[in-house]
Amino acid sequence: MAENIIKIENVKFKYDEKDTLYAVDGVNLNIRQGEFTAVVGRNGSGKSTLAKLINSILLPESGKIYVKGMDTADDSKLWDIRQAAGMVFQNPDNQLVATIVEEDIAFGPENQGVDPSEIRRRVDEALKAVGMYDFRDWPPHMLSGGQKQRIAIAGILALNSDCIILDEPTAMLDPSGRKEVMDTLQKLKERGKTIILITHYMDEAVQADRVVVMDRGSVKLDGTPKEIFRNMDVIKKFGLDVPQITQLAQGLYRAGLDIPPDIIDVKELVDLLCR
Amino acid sequence: MSIKAENIKYIYGEGTAFVTVALDDVNVEIHKGDFLGIIGHTGSGKSTFIQLLNGLEKPTQGKITVDGIVVGEDKKLLSKIRQTVGLVFQYPEYQLFEETVAKDVAFGPANLKLSEDEINERVRDSLEMMGFNYEKIKDVSPFDLSGGQKRRVAIAGVMAMKPSYLVLDEPTAGLDPAGRNELFAQINRLHEKSGVTIILVSHSMEDIARLVNRVIVMYKGKVHMEGTPKEIYSHPDELEKIGLGVPQIAEVVYELRKRGFNIRPDIITVKEAKEEILREVRKRRA
Amino acid sequence: MLKNLTIGQHYPVESPIHSLDPRVKIIITIFFIVSLFLVDNFTTYLVVIVFLAAVIKMSKVPFKFVIRGLRPILMIILITFIINILMTPGKILLKVGFIKITEEGLRQAGFMAIRLTLLIMGTSLLTLTTSPIILTDGIESLLSPFKRFGLPAHELAMMMTIALRFIPTLLDETEKIMKAQKSRGADFESGNLVSRAKNLVPLLVPLFVSAFRRADELAMAMEARCYRGGENRTRMRQLKISKGDYVASVIFTIYFAAVIIIKIW
Repeated sequence: MAENIIKIENVKFKYDEKDTLYAVDGVNLNIRQGEFTAVVGRNGSGKSTLAKLINSILLPESGKIYVKGMDTADDSKLWDIRQAAGMVFQNPDNQLVATIVEEDIAFGPENQGVDPSEIRRRVDEALKAVGMYDFRDWPPHMLSGGQKQRIAIAGILALNSDCIILDEPTAMLDPSGRKEVMDTLQKLKERGKTIILITHYMDEAVQADRVVVMDRGSVKLDGTPKEIFRNMDVIKKFGLDVPQITQLAQGLYRAGLDIPPDIIDVKELVDLLCR
Repeated sequence: MSIKAENIKYIYGEGTAFVTVALDDVNVEIHKGDFLGIIGHTGSGKSTFIQLLNGLEKPTQGKITVDGIVVGEDKKLLSKIRQTVGLVFQYPEYQLFEETVAKDVAFGPANLKLSEDEINERVRDSLEMMGFNYEKIKDVSPFDLSGGQKRRVAIAGVMAMKPSYLVLDEPTAGLDPAGRNELFAQINRLHEKSGVTIILVSHSMEDIARLVNRVIVMYKGKVHMEGTPKEIYSHPDELEKIGLGVPQIAEVVYELRKRGFNIRPDIITVKEAKEEILREVRKRRA
Repeated sequence: MLKNLTIGQHYPVESPIHSLDPRVKIIITIFFIVSLFLVDNFTTYLVVIVFLAAVIKMSKVPFKFVIRGLRPILMIILITFIINILMTPGKILLKVGFIKITEEGLRQAGFMAIRLTLLIMGTSLLTLTTSPIILTDGIESLLSPFKRFGLPAHELAMMMTIALRFIPTLLDETEKIMKAQKSRGADFESGNLVSRAKNLVPLLVPLFVSAFRRADELAMAMEARCYRGGENRTRMRQLKISKGDYVASVIFTIYFAAVIIIKIW
């Protein structure tokens, strides 16, 4: 069993003292090293807040969060935590700092005071990892949304983060941009990075190892994509969708065909039907 | 009554190093009462195309006719055209600027120089059409609303112009699944109840399949395919070639047919697919 | 499309001038401007023009790009020219009513016009041959000795970088909001000055709201990437004085000395 890279223990948080409802209301969650977790839930379910809590942008009102054993409330560990768990945000335009792609990727390690030759090496490696090396001297505003997000991911890679948290990175992208980002994430997973992906798209969630469903500030379901999406009615209750393919499989299952109700992949269903 | 685009060519950046042909020989007719879907990826020309429809951009060649008026021919008629063809941009909530929701929605009709009573009535109607309780929402600052609510206020702001044609560019971008479904239901109601012609630009193949009665596929500035959703989605290989997907259901049907399943090719909903597959499987087993 | 607007008119080719250290280029440009003010006769201008022409030739920037920098200030040059002609007393060449044109006036006007033209051409050569980001690096490095007197050199440079980064984004956004409001019947083109200013409200409010939102998100993203000000920060690209920079400095010193010697003579 891999080690827990992130431990969230009974965390509560609200934005304003006067709020009656907690944005995050008693979350317990452990993320294992190398795991690809998708967090889904309707707007206001607390998933983005949770991401900011992990990155120590926000601090819990009660409870504890540990990133690689470091308490996010410990001021002296702040920069180590942000280095260990890097974050990619929704709007690709609002997180790129520099006017040249490679300068932007260098921004993180420059802040850490890394040696110039080591920065150069990390920047080149990160650019190649996201397949953007040929664009290294482009200005960001000339790139597509998907490319910009890949640059943002490369910026986190250059920080040497073990864990990457992505807060709806595909929300503003078109289908080809979304695919670019998802393909990049799969590649990072293969390199052993821990990935936490917050998304509204169920077809992205099914590509993860694990899906966490949040609603009203707490974790409602937690399991493999198959375990989660077979509960069609429960999922809908939380304001979410079930992929069409799962809906079809369940319809066929209920009509008496001998196929499992938890199919999440087109090829899997086609193969089963053609047995 | 229709919008007619004839032999449209649109070139931007002429005389610079960035010259691009955004539209090339586009011919489209949009009939009153249509629910038209436009798909195509970024850079296919669809954004430029919709901006030609209400005269925000002028075609380099060809002409657009809206209900018999040629767009851009008479500058004085431009405001009439912008009223007839309502355009809701992507992330329309970023255009809100007034102190209250009611004032913001009134911006369009006020520009039309309508009487105060008429303006108030339109503001109320369009807010209610977008699912708001008028009395509760009218004095709220638009900046205090949630993202989804802001977007509906912005759409109400365009609806208050009482357009005959409503163009929506990715209206559900960034919303959660529930928000997406709710907004699409409202747009569908607008089409059915108010008889507004809807032109929907969307990346979501599932939603296009579910809602529209005609689809235009744009690719590299040209109309690449045109037809009913069923006709369009029964060619997944063709769509894939130009970088677009199909609804998962259409993909299943296509794959099954390739493997010898004797089912109809033009299936785009879960329900139809289920029935067809059951029929075929039972026939095979019998 | 506003998006394709090139900021700072950088002309990206490889040349001995392009590859000079930005600090050397900035200092040389400053002293070049000083040299222009030392000139007091037309013969010396010949030296300046030959020098500048040689540098332009070496920079591989087409001449028309260098000239282009003059366009925005053409009016200023013209006005200075006219004022100088009319206001300088001296030997009268032509007199029409109260307008007097003097020999000294003509001379002075020509002198000023040449000086302004050369000044603009010299400085635009700096921006044409140096990308904005490298220029920013150079300015930061030159200003850093003044940090001990409280000058926020790093912060100034960071502000410049962010401004350069967001100018195209905000231009794009301006265009989008403008179109959205036009679709709601807004009119940005007609009316008198007051009503035109008033009509800008539907454009400016969303633009400000959005700029603040962007600033907020950018600040969060920068913090998430461990940004904590200029202290202990390193840079990937190190500015290095190379052989070419020494050669350039020597050549410029010779030019500068020549101007002074001619002046003293």
